[in-house]
Amino acid sequence: MVPVNPSDPSPPPLPAPKPPWWRDRRVVPWVVQAVVGLLVLLLIAFLLGNLVRNLTAAGLLLSWRWLQQPAGFDISESVLPFNAQLPYWRALAAGLVNTIRAVVVGLVGATLLGTLVGMASFSHNGLLRRLARVYVEVVRNIPLLLQLVFWYFVVFLTLPNGVAAIQLPGVVLAKSGLYIAGLGEGLRWMGPTLVNGVWQAPVRLSVEFGALLTGLIVYSGAFIAEVVRGGIAAVPKGQWEAASSLGLSWFATLRRIVLPQSLRVIVPGLNTQYISLAKNSSLAVAVGYTDLYSVAETTLNQTGRAVEVILVLLAAYLTLDLLISALMNGLNHLVQIRER
Amino acid sequence: MKPVLRRLRAELFATPADAVLSTGLIAVLSLAAFGFLRWAFTQAQWAVIRVNSTLFAVGRYPVEEQWRLWLLLWLLFAATGLSWGVLRSHPRPDRSGVLWPRNDRIAATLLVVLGLWRPAAMGLSLSIQARWWGLVALLLLVRWLAGRFGPRFGPLGLRLVALMWPVLYLVGMVLISGGLGLVAVSPSEWGGLLLTLLASSFAILLCFPIGVLLALGRRSDLPLLRWGSVLYIEFIRGAPLITLLFLGQNILGFLLPGGLAPDRIWRAAWVLTFFAAAYLAEAVRSGLAAVPRGQLEAARSLGLSYPKALQHVVLPQALRVALPAMVGQFISLLQDTTLLSLIGLLELLGTARTVMANPAFLGKNAEVYLTLAVLFWCCCAALGLGSRALERRLDPHAVPSAT
Amino acid sequence: MLWNRTRTLGMSLLAAGLLAGCAGEDGGVQSQKLSTITGRGKLICGVEGKLPGFSFVGPDGKYLGLDVDVCKAVAAAVLGDPAKVEYRDLNSSERFAALASGEVDLLSRNTTMTLSRDAAGGNGLSFAPTTFYDGQGVLVPVASGIKDLKGLAGKPICVESGTTTELNLADRMREQNIPYTPLKFQTSDQTFAAYLGDRCVAVTSDRSQLAGKRTSFPNPDAHTLLPVVMSKEPLSPATVNGDPAWADAVRWIVFGLMQAEESGITQANVDAKLAEAKANTNQADLRRFLGVEGDFGKQLGLPPDFVVKAVKAAGNYGEIFDRNVGPASALKLDRGLNRQWKDGGLIYSPPFR
Repeated sequence: MVPVNPSDPSPPPLPAPKPPWWRDRRVVPWVVQAVVGLLVLLLIAFLLGNLVRNLTAAGLLLSWRWLQQPAGFDISESVLPFNAQLPYWRALAAGLVNTIRAVVVGLVGATLLGTLVGMASFSHNGLLRRLARVYVEVVRNIPLLLQLVFWYFVVFLTLPNGVAAIQLPGVVLAKSGLYIAGLGEGLRWMGPTLVNGVWQAPVRLSVEFGALLTGLIVYSGAFIAEVVRGGIAAVPKGQWEAASSLGLSWFATLRRIVLPQSLRVIVPGLNTQYISLAKNSSLAVAVGYTDLYSVAETTLNQTGRAVEVILVLLAAYLTLDLLISALMNGLNHLVQIRER
Repeated sequence: MKPVLRRLRAELFATPADAVLSTGLIAVLSLAAFGFLRWAFTQAQWAVIRVNSTLFAVGRYPVEEQWRLWLLLWLLFAATGLSWGVLRSHPRPDRSGVLWPRNDRIAATLLVVLGLWRPAAMGLSLSIQARWWGLVALLLLVRWLAGRFGPRFGPLGLRLVALMWPVLYLVGMVLISGGLGLVAVSPSEWGGLLLTLLASSFAILLCFPIGVLLALGRRSDLPLLRWGSVLYIEFIRGAPLITLLFLGQNILGFLLPGGLAPDRIWRAAWVLTFFAAAYLAEAVRSGLAAVPRGQLEAARSLGLSYPKALQHVVLPQALRVALPAMVGQFISLLQDTTLLSLIGLLELLGTARTVMANPAFLGKNAEVYLTLAVLFWCCCAALGLGSRALERRLDPHAVPSAT
Repeated sequence: MLWNRTRTLGMSLLAAGLLAGCAGEDGGVQSQKLSTITGRGKLICGVEGKLPGFSFVGPDGKYLGLDVDVCKAVAAAVLGDPAKVEYRDLNSSERFAALASGEVDLLSRNTTMTLSRDAAGGNGLSFAPTTFYDGQGVLVPVASGIKDLKGLAGKPICVESGTTTELNLADRMREQNIPYTPLKFQTSDQTFAAYLGDRCVAVTSDRSQLAGKRTSFPNPDAHTLLPVVMSKEPLSPATVNGDPAWADAVRWIVFGLMQAEESGITQANVDAKLAEAKANTNQADLRRFLGVEGDFGKQLGLPPDFVVKAVKAAGNYGEIFDRNVGPASALKLDRGLNRQWKDGGLIYSPPFR
């Protein structure tokens, strides 16, 4: 100790003593990490060890050979040509394509509906505005699965069949499906026709697909409407006023001035909604539409390969999500650049 | 009347186009409403709900043990009344301190009307009707008592109320599942609304701490924690819930030593919890992002340790910002419990499907699904309303001297 | 450190395996599953749960049916009490995973025995003797006027996904080159709901199941079973492959029910028969069968009088059949192939010796 002036009450600044290692700010975080990491690794090792042991006991050790074996079951309304002699991987692929079909059509439909409703909530017409609000509040607070079974069992399965079907020009809606006019044999335009009590048309969609689509579009539409509404609300009010003082109509203002600017806010929000729509399409199994999940479940049942099937499922959905995210990120980029 | 008419005109008939649109909408809406009412009162057969009301409420819960659920219901109603009254008797500085504000009067009236009319309309037996009346009366009585005498206990009352709910939850679990001298009721016998509420409340309660930890992990400076959290969150958020439930039902048995895997219901509840935690983590993360970094630095420079700074400074602010998003997650979690029906569990929707497999009620889809929809809508809307009320209560601008 | 842990884990596993191997050497039987069940004090039995006649919940909340009676017999034989069963409702797509992962001890859920399900390289099950010989049928509305499979050309057919039914349907239709649309549902409830909602013109399933479901239709006579049998469906209880001793025990309990019918032992007279066997040393067959003599029970790891307990709990095979699905029951099914071999059926128990 250096003698100091006793009249000075404060001790001289000492160099900070080196703290013990358990209080060293450079060491502690790494110790925490190491401990957590080790615990997680141990847990994983424990689970995997059990998995291997239990699978060995059940004679189901990981193997992918079954993918090459004939599936033995049929898939209705497969976009990919499929029959029961084709291998399991083809069945899963057919299911994936069916899922993608539902997702793509659902995305387009939900975006259209959501945008319209989102726009309607800025309408001058009070009734329309409130209706948009009611739609969003009702749909968002009812589980999607409940809505799907409602559409299927209450709406689509009570449609009339045969002659009594709902007929519009070029479109027929019956219990057996939705029939749409299109280019038929020999590239001739063909409308739906009734042959021996069964409707025929170039384009035929099953009611299962119809119920799934309706459910997905109505449900996601409500969420997208909220995203669109938020986006429009984020555009400064002055833009509206400026446009209308230039003599633009309400719709023209929205379409040409406000919506393009609001895309900046809307697109990231849409990404989330699109991904959840893709994931929600797996509820198709409840309404009898053969999507990827449905095929996977059947496959599990016929082969008993639980672990492999779930890996395929997870990989497929993660890829689908990443794909959507990548597309939306590209779009986002585009939108952001256009602003300048 | 004049202003009303003027407003109507401005809102509905401002321009010719608006007028056409409004007239069309009014026509379509009234047609739809008329059709629906005609169906609901003349064609619909609501007997399917009335006859199966116990099944919808509690599933196959043994009849001789159902008194335990009633007891729980009495406790819940009393606790609700108590909390309501105590909260009202501790007005925030900005509030007038009125014991029965307008909203409360409306809520109480609604409660009385519902309690008197709904059981009667369902055609429940008189003894059960009487129980519902008793429950409503108890709630209002306790609400009044607590409002009246609550202030005597000062802030202690609020703390006791906050403590009461977790205790009640544990008591409820014991009452439902048995133990401590009560006959055990196996989870496979729980069903209907009971299972829906149990699974969702369990998941909501447990996903909260896990979600907060994950959010903190994701924002941590430690790479291992950060990447671990990111991996977990993105993996869970990338997979549809049904595949995860499927994983829980079919794979979990392989992952644990034989016989250690919990019951299917608990397995599903845990899957729901871990699923919701990932989404909650994202909500909390957005809240954390809204707290300026200076807050943490200031707290640290005041000598608070990192956990203390988080607990007392950062998290309270972050959670307040994240509250709407979190409640949104809780609402979707409540809705997601319907997916349990796809793995063969008899929650509300699953019960509905077995009821409709009963030949006596074949084809009563519309009645059953509509009832469920109304039920879910009310639960979700109530959660949303509650969250908005809580938001207002926690609003720092309304309470300048929050301590 | 981690390496050490895993190595010790591995070593202990190895040691446990060796010990388990050794334990099987002495005369008694060591079955992991049997000791789990006796330790737990109850049998966990996977059933369908909503199929009249086979397994369903009665108005009093108790499980009933042919499949359920098999569970009861096994529980009685192993644990001495038919009530010590916990039933798990399993749908067709989760049943095998539930068995393989050990969630249920026994699958008694109108499951068809097939090669790929039995084989170690397939689903890896181990089947007990068939308790119900069935065949796949097709149910159509009488009004549709459909008489055979050809009549179903181009029509939607409802089928439960993940079943042999689905595979057989595909095979039969392909053989006869009939185009059709399979509409698949996860559960039989949904399948029949869609059929009754007129979404399909036909529903296909095991004939017994169709008969059972038809009894619950609003108008049973408006629906008819087509006179085609599309497949052989030997419905059998199953256990997991990894535990041969447990599989043997289940197999011989089921055989015991069949042999009891052949020997004229019923739920009502089993006590009398037992007394008779004890009194009369000349009746060697009966004495061995009822466990008065010999060590059959011990060889299987079961109590010596397991047959007596099983029959007392559920009755013999004939009684089980009649009670649940026979002509006097709601299903009104004929014994048909399920008669004893002496009466021209397929129910045949190997000798108990």
